Amino acid sequence: MTTTSSQSVLLATSESSLPRQPKRAEPPVSSGVIGMLLFMVTEVMFFGALISAYLVIRAGLDEWPPWGQPRLPIETTAINTLVLLVSGFLMSYSRNLFKKKNISEGRKWFGYSILLGTFFFISQGYEWAQLIKFGLTVSSSVYGGLFYLIIGAHGFHVIGTLAFLIYAWNRLGAPVNPITSEEIFPVQLLWYFVVCVWPVLYVLVYLD
Amino acid sequence: MSQATAAVKKDSQAEHHEELSFLYKYILPVDHKIIGMQYIFTGLIMAIIGGYFSYAFRMQLAFPGEVVPLYGLVGPGEYNMLITNHGTIMIFWVAMPVLIAGFGNYLIPLMIGCDDMVFPRLNRLSYQIFLVSALVLIASFFVTGGGFGGAWTSYPPLSSNAEYSLTDWGASLWILAVALEFVSFLLGGINFITTTMNARAPGMKMMDIPIAVWFIVIAVILFMASVGPLIAGAVMLFMDQRLGTSFFLPSGGGDPLLWQHLFWFFGHPEVYVVLLPTMGIVADVITVFSRKKLFGYRTVLYTAFATGGLSFVVWAHHQFIAGIDPRVANVFVVTTVLISIPLAEMMFSYIATLYGGSIELKTPMLWALGFLAAFLIGGVTGIYLGASALDIYFHDSYFVLAHFHYTFFPITIIGMFAALTFWFPKMFGRMMNETLGKIHFWGTFIPFNCIFLPLFFLGLAGQNRRVYNFQLYPDLATQDLQNIRIFATLSLVVMLIFQLVFIYNFFVSMFKGEKAPNNPWNANTLEWSIPSPPPHGNFKTLPTVYRGAYEYSVPGRELDYWPQNEAPK
Repeated sequence: MTTTSSQSVLLATSESSLPRQPKRAEPPVSSGVIGMLLFMVTEVMFFGALISAYLVIRAGLDEWPPWGQPRLPIETTAINTLVLLVSGFLMSYSRNLFKKKNISEGRKWFGYSILLGTFFFISQGYEWAQLIKFGLTVSSSVYGGLFYLIIGAHGFHVIGTLAFLIYAWNRLGAPVNPITSEEIFPVQLLWYFVVCVWPVLYVLVYLD
Repeated sequence: MSQATAAVKKDSQAEHHEELSFLYKYILPVDHKIIGMQYIFTGLIMAIIGGYFSYAFRMQLAFPGEVVPLYGLVGPGEYNMLITNHGTIMIFWVAMPVLIAGFGNYLIPLMIGCDDMVFPRLNRLSYQIFLVSALVLIASFFVTGGGFGGAWTSYPPLSSNAEYSLTDWGASLWILAVALEFVSFLLGGINFITTTMNARAPGMKMMDIPIAVWFIVIAVILFMASVGPLIAGAVMLFMDQRLGTSFFLPSGGGDPLLWQHLFWFFGHPEVYVVLLPTMGIVADVITVFSRKKLFGYRTVLYTAFATGGLSFVVWAHHQFIAGIDPRVANVFVVTTVLISIPLAEMMFSYIATLYGGSIELKTPMLWALGFLAAFLIGGVTGIYLGASALDIYFHDSYFVLAHFHYTFFPITIIGMFAALTFWFPKMFGRMMNETLGKIHFWGTFIPFNCIFLPLFFLGLAGQNRRVYNFQLYPDLATQDLQNIRIFATLSLVVMLIFQLVFIYNFFVSMFKGEKAPNNPWNANTLEWSIPSPPPHGNFKTLPTVYRGAYEYSVPGRELDYWPQNEAPK
């Protein structure tokens, strides 16, 4: 088996290990992208279920949010939302640079996108600490439970994807066993998903 | 090869696959064939546990309050734990791993002509998570309070409150195991679909893919599209149990019906997730053993798509008496009855394939025919249950129980045996004993009907499911009903004893059976064009596909089969 450049990555593909004749046609969409898109279908259904659970439970209660529970910080989270969206745009900008084979410049903007994502995650964590201090916990009410469930599910996706992104950033153009900018694309797709689902959750949980 | 100390030895030529140490070949493999077998063997071990549980609680029903041989006394809480985990194991840890993950892993790359799955490492991770999930489930039987006893559907508040279920950690470990298992199949599913899309042998067009592969892929698509809500629900239920939230508790502002919707939104497509792989396997088996082209390849395929699409809009037929709006129930009656049309069409195609064929009653064919006959009964009785008016009477009775055992038993057990006996020569390079195989078939199929046909009548007589001891209900404790229970239980014991024939045949044939040729059944698909068992890397040269998978008895040809990769003259 010839070693591929991305052997140690989970998403390493075995396609390139088939150097024999006859060759199969080059697939129109790479396996990594298809795999990630399929994963995103499940993710959409997962968040869809969380959103419908939120709507169902809220419809069954008279007062929303319940009496005595702290209100959510709409303004600071709006700024935070903006930060995350900018991070998404930077990611797409770096993707464009990668496409133009400008790897080092692309890697720089890729890094800035990760930084903004990390800022989003940290400031969300700070917000959680404040809310817990004001008495909003998972068991204080079903309102608190839903808040931590939905925002927490998104938070897990943020930190998980960030970990992948940092790993990819580190390995991009590394001297030994590097990842190519094409192989990074599935993780970038996942970041787009994480960025795009956030405004929906923000409107649903914070504004409504 | 099996020297654990030997470092990975490179072959001189780059295209040859490496000889791997025992550890990397069998314990931490990336080879799809080994991973497939790991899934199948884990599934078979879990099937033994699930079968043992059914033995224990059936004995309790037939001889209430008596000590069950080889088990002991079955208490009320223990009874609930046994039925719950019997259902859970048989669906999630037998049907899914063996039929989808096991045979999917084994067959997809071989049948579409590639060397391995597209993401081999993801595949290994998928099995490892699955193994952990199985261990978590087994561990849940041994914690304080015992295993979870709130039925495999796990309705809250029974499942969410330890003071109701009396299984504090049992319930939490149960939901954790289920969630882990779904993550595992999610990873596997991504792999199956991507492999089938991108790694097919040159020349293999969409309509040349064997039905077995198609159906596993469609099943996986259904699974991936429906599993998200259940994972969400599982997280919520786990939080209700352990973190004190109240998503499903009316007292805290939650909604118990919400769980039922989340569960059944997954739970009904799940029925077709396990059905379709068996349907596909049976399609391949019956064409080989009736030496005929599959009747209406495209029709069969499109009916599977129709079934899959409809399966997403039928879930509330499980909740007709759970307090949903009767107007909504009417919609679900229509969709439920509608879904029987594509399935009936599929059955029709299969029977038309058999019609006029030169049928050879080898063991795999017996299993395939047994599947069609038994599943037909399961399907037809489902139509009664789909009607909401009738369901008020039938709901949670033994009629329902007999109905879904007439679907799940053929799917899981009969389908599994059809596939195992059919591909055994390919998997282990040896033939199974035909006589023992036939004895095992009849020894399973007849007792199976003797178990579940009588249960339809118990259900019609008003007997409810999940009752520990019918002596407590004088109307149901009459001797005639009790005799039916004893008959069903004894049939179960007979069936379980006959499984020993299979175990003997399986292991003896694996080591001592007659050596299998490359293509013992004269079949067309690609896996039969390579040695049995296939080497690491499967194909020496990438095969080129020239025709569909079911070109049997083509007029003007000397041979009655026409391998997919045979170049036209």
